[in-house]
Amino acid sequence: MKELSLHILDVVENSLRAKAKKVRISILEDTRENRLELVIEDDGEGMDEETLKMVRDPFFSGQGKKVGMGIPLLDQLTRQCEGNLEILSEKGKGTTVRATFQRDNLDLPPLGKLADTLFVIMASHPEVELEFIHRIDDCQWLFNSKKVEEELDLTEENRGVLLPAIREWIEYQEEILKGGIGNEDK
Amino acid sequence: MKISSIEDLRRIKEEAQKRTLLREGKADYRVVVHMGTCGIAAGAREVMSAILDEIAKRGLTNVMVTQAGCIGLCDREPLVSVEKGEERILYGDITPDRARQIIASHLVNGQIVGDWVVHAEGRARR
Repeated sequence: MKELSLHILDVVENSLRAKAKKVRISILEDTRENRLELVIEDDGEGMDEETLKMVRDPFFSGQGKKVGMGIPLLDQLTRQCEGNLEILSEKGKGTTVRATFQRDNLDLPPLGKLADTLFVIMASHPEVELEFIHRIDDCQWLFNSKKVEEELDLTEENRGVLLPAIREWIEYQEEILKGGIGNEDK
Repeated sequence: MKISSIEDLRRIKEEAQKRTLLREGKADYRVVVHMGTCGIAAGAREVMSAILDEIAKRGLTNVMVTQAGCIGLCDREPLVSVEKGEERILYGDITPDRARQIIASHLVNGQIVGDWVVHAEGRARR
């Protein structure tokens, strides 16, 4: 995967397939400690211990296929970047995937088009509440899809036109965060 | 225009509402972007993004865009299916540009783009 945000999309796909109704994505960057932590939490079906043991095996899949590359690729990436991948799951409660990386590691791909990842998830799963937090040291911005939707009165009809605008707005928030201009709480 | 606040989004909403009132789509299409790990690695996110964009630009209302997982044709990813009733056309090796062409040709004008079809069901060969 060329971008970290593609890995995010891939892991969230797993959450959605596990019938999650709420997904929280956190990107926590610490420049002083040179760490980047990516956490994806969902309230989906969760996995039992047996399944959990097998998810890093590329020849295991939860979807009846013979191959499942999503988690193995992310696992490999964390190890290349002096980090690790931790997966906590409880049957019936949900799953938390926590990936850590050395922030300036040469093998760490750029975050990439985060706005596209969030946009695609929101567009294809309108029923899911998506929460997103991106923090760089003391600055952060957060976003909750349900709150934005309520605020804007999103309907079936205007959704298609409004989501691309929301993507642009997310891009702008990301720019502000990277520019270190200030905090944004919406 | 830079979209920087909730107010900007509200304004866009008002405009969108005016536009959607003018157009009534007649076809009920379902567009499925396959987004397994293989699809995502091959560019499915960009393809889906382009499809949503194009639909918004054209103000198409009766198109539902959704996603599915890997169907075992990983070497032909990104894959996009266009479904209408019993008919199901699976396109392979789709780029954002090709996706926009499929919207224009297939969804708007009802013409299947033969060159990229991997599999077709529910429609007599023409």
